[in-house]
Amino acid sequence: MDSMTLIAIASIVTAGLTIALGSIGPALGEGRAVATALSALAQQPDVATTITRTLFVGLAMIESIAIYCFVVSMILIFANPFWNHVIAQSAAR
Amino acid sequence: MHLSPDEMILWQHGPLKLNGTILFTWGLMAALAIGSKLITRKLSSDLQPSRWQSLLEIIVTGIEGQLAEVGLREPKRYIGFVGTLFLLIAAASICTVIPGYEPPTGSLSTTAALALCVFVAVPYYGIEEEGLAAYLKSYAEPTVLMLPFNLISELSRTLALAVRLFGNMMSGTMILAILLTITPFIFPIVMSALGLLTGMVQAYIFSVLAAVYIAAATRRRDPGAVRRSRS
Repeated sequence: MDSMTLIAIASIVTAGLTIALGSIGPALGEGRAVATALSALAQQPDVATTITRTLFVGLAMIESIAIYCFVVSMILIFANPFWNHVIAQSAAR
Repeated sequence: MHLSPDEMILWQHGPLKLNGTILFTWGLMAALAIGSKLITRKLSSDLQPSRWQSLLEIIVTGIEGQLAEVGLREPKRYIGFVGTLFLLIAAASICTVIPGYEPPTGSLSTTAALALCVFVAVPYYGIEEEGLAAYLKSYAEPTVLMLPFNLISELSRTLALAVRLFGNMMSGTMILAILLTITPFIFPIVMSALGLLTGMVQAYIFSVLAAVYIAAATRRRDPGAVRRSRS
């Protein structure tokens, strides 16, 4: 196996693992946040707007963790610097 | 398939490039600026203002109310900055209903520029409100040991602002492109409707976070001062 194949294998597998493992935590966190917000809404319907606003901001903050993982995996697939380096080297050869 | 509108090069002359990001950003800026100029040219205080004037009034008072709820005490001072951020990002994501358009916020350059504006604006407002010494002192609170952590948090939240917006907008267009190759008919429409919702939520979150950072930088530590300014 030459280095090109190794880099391809490593990037693809890492991209999949990044998004797979990286979405576990945010998924659990979002579930907890929504469940707590729902019970808070059931107890105090008067402050529904505040709870919903805070919930949305919080959800987006939690979700951004998963988005970071998504960005990293997209970089690994579409804009991989190591891959581009290898391509440039083999083109020069 | 391309990752961002940066790669959409429309015109090139030597080192000068006109890519999709620049074109769409300037188009949005022109539409927003010229539109509001045209509307505000003939403002009236009649009982029945024109439709467009009512629209602008709803937007401005809505943003002002949200800023006040977040904790800024004088929302009128900050509405120029935070409101512009919100309107630009919201317009950028709403315009995705136009065919051939790609949101300029799907490019890391745009979002990094917006986040850098927040990065500069927070100390600016903080120094203006509290004075240079008091603002710098807020970095060393509660103890001097926290100084490096405060500095790191300043940098990392700027990075997080940029990457969060970029990732959300980029993932929207990316999912659409992937779905178009798998299920070309109904499903991409549902996902683009969801993309509109996430775009609005991201615009809201970006501006609310900017407002929260500004509020944290301009909050006076002395409780007596707050009481005096309230009364």
